[in-house]
Amino acid sequence: MSFTEFIQLNQREIMSSLFQHLSLVFWAVAIGMVIAVPVGIILSRHRKMAAPVLAFAGTIQTIPGLVMLGIALIFWGIGTKPALIVLSLYAILPILRNTYTGITDINPGYVEAARGIGMTSMQRLLKVELPIATPTIIGGIRISTVYIISWATLAGLIGAGGLGDLIWTGLSTYNTNYILAGAVPSAIMAILFNLLIGGLQRGITPRGLRRVNP
Amino acid sequence: MIRFESVTKKYGKKTILNKLSFEINQGDFVVLIGPSGCGKTTTLKSINRLIEPDGGKIYVDGRDIMKENPVELRRKIGYVIQQIGLFPNMTVEQNIAVVPKLLKVPKEEWQQRVKDLLNLVAMPYEENAHMYPSELSGGQQQRIGVLRALAASPPIVLMDEPFGALDPLTRDSLQEEVKKLQKKLKKTIVFVTHDMDEALRMADVVIFMDQGEIVQMASPEEMLQNPASPLVKSFLGKHLNNGAVLLASDVMKSRVLKVHREMQTLQSVELMRNRDVNSLIVINDDETYAGTISIERIKSAGKAGTQIGGLLTMEAPVVQVSDPAQSAFELLMESPTGYVIVLHEDQTVAGLITKTSMAKAMGETLWGGDAV
Repeated sequence: MSFTEFIQLNQREIMSSLFQHLSLVFWAVAIGMVIAVPVGIILSRHRKMAAPVLAFAGTIQTIPGLVMLGIALIFWGIGTKPALIVLSLYAILPILRNTYTGITDINPGYVEAARGIGMTSMQRLLKVELPIATPTIIGGIRISTVYIISWATLAGLIGAGGLGDLIWTGLSTYNTNYILAGAVPSAIMAILFNLLIGGLQRGITPRGLRRVNP
Repeated sequence: MIRFESVTKKYGKKTILNKLSFEINQGDFVVLIGPSGCGKTTTLKSINRLIEPDGGKIYVDGRDIMKENPVELRRKIGYVIQQIGLFPNMTVEQNIAVVPKLLKVPKEEWQQRVKDLLNLVAMPYEENAHMYPSELSGGQQQRIGVLRALAASPPIVLMDEPFGALDPLTRDSLQEEVKKLQKKLKKTIVFVTHDMDEALRMADVVIFMDQGEIVQMASPEEMLQNPASPLVKSFLGKHLNNGAVLLASDVMKSRVLKVHREMQTLQSVELMRNRDVNSLIVINDDETYAGTISIERIKSAGKAGTQIGGLLTMEAPVVQVSDPAQSAFELLMESPTGYVIVLHEDQTVAGLITKTSMAKAMGETLWGGDAV
């Protein structure tokens, strides 16, 4: 059976895996953002805490995905929940690091000007720091998304579904078509999202920031 | 308007401000100047509480600023820093309007204010309001920085080396504009700089600081005439004794060789040979000026064994120490002897103006300090 015939025959299964994969990635990155952006902002206000927190997040990042999934399996069993928890954890670091450095790397002159003309800490954050840091924060989201798309394929191992399911099925039955049906879409998805978020990053950058370095 | 009462600030063991006390009057353009680390910027930033002192009191408009909300205090005081201070994510209009917006001024009102302010610096609203800072030149950016500080009509504006990063031409025109704006809008401005040119040009009052203390607080004219210390003097450099103020005593050399009129001719010829000069200044017993004697005169009229007192001439032009240098200069150019004698009021000799001493003094005036 050729690859194209296989795809036509298993269209429904592949499409449902694809959507499962997308939703897994979407929720993992969304949860990662909801945690990482506020934490990054808090760290930028309490810089002494930044080094240990970032080091801790970095340590989590270095634990191999399979090990983390194994641990999650022990605690939460099989299914989407442990996979989502692990993937969200992985999504946090790039966004956290970029949020923190995006805010702290802003030229101190802007911060002084903002204080000097009478902005409160919150106004300074919303009107000056976050707008200037936005491109950097989106850069973090972009890195996280591309990572999570590839790591979500591992989640099939603990029964979370997604394109990983097809790959693991193929691997265990020596069926190349299954492997390709999982691998090709996830690779295309990673490339596509990288381009998409890159475009969004450029589009959302205020015009005044496009020519200068914050 | 602004009053400091023995304000002290320390960083660790280092004293930045040492019991600083002074008062700034309403409508004055006050320039803080001094060597780096003298505390001028700390003083400025204490006024809007960007830096809080360890001791002493600061009053703005009669109110102790430590008892006010810092955010509200700052909104009442304009603040201009180097050109980097414009927010890059906001347009010109948004930048200028940022404080009025914080103060919840209605939109029609602040928009009109932006238009008026842009007109003041000849940057039409239609062409400039929607530009971003990165699309403007350095000079234009700093104009907007100044306008932003004026937008909420604060009675006081603080400026921290606002023109330091600009090229000399742009700086000149901005200095002029800001000075005009200040006069027109009757603002009290406190301005930090390390550039004496700028200070003298703009200030009503110059506060010269060193090591956290005020060395001199005076009008530019007074500072030029009576610099309080050698440090102030060195900062004033080329500005000292400008034009008419330059006196004969400023261009003379004071270490000159004087001899008494009883000296023997032979002895004086010997002395001239040793010193490699061709004439001597001769004084009376009471140290007053008697005349000059040249080697030619002795050769033509002198006899061995006589005293020089009888051979003196008065051909060298004479000026008083307090005479303007310009008249000494004219005499020098016409002098047959090539020098001019400078006398104290009691007719004793103060010094000698030669072409060399004149050129040296002029060089110092023109290029400042010890350039020559």
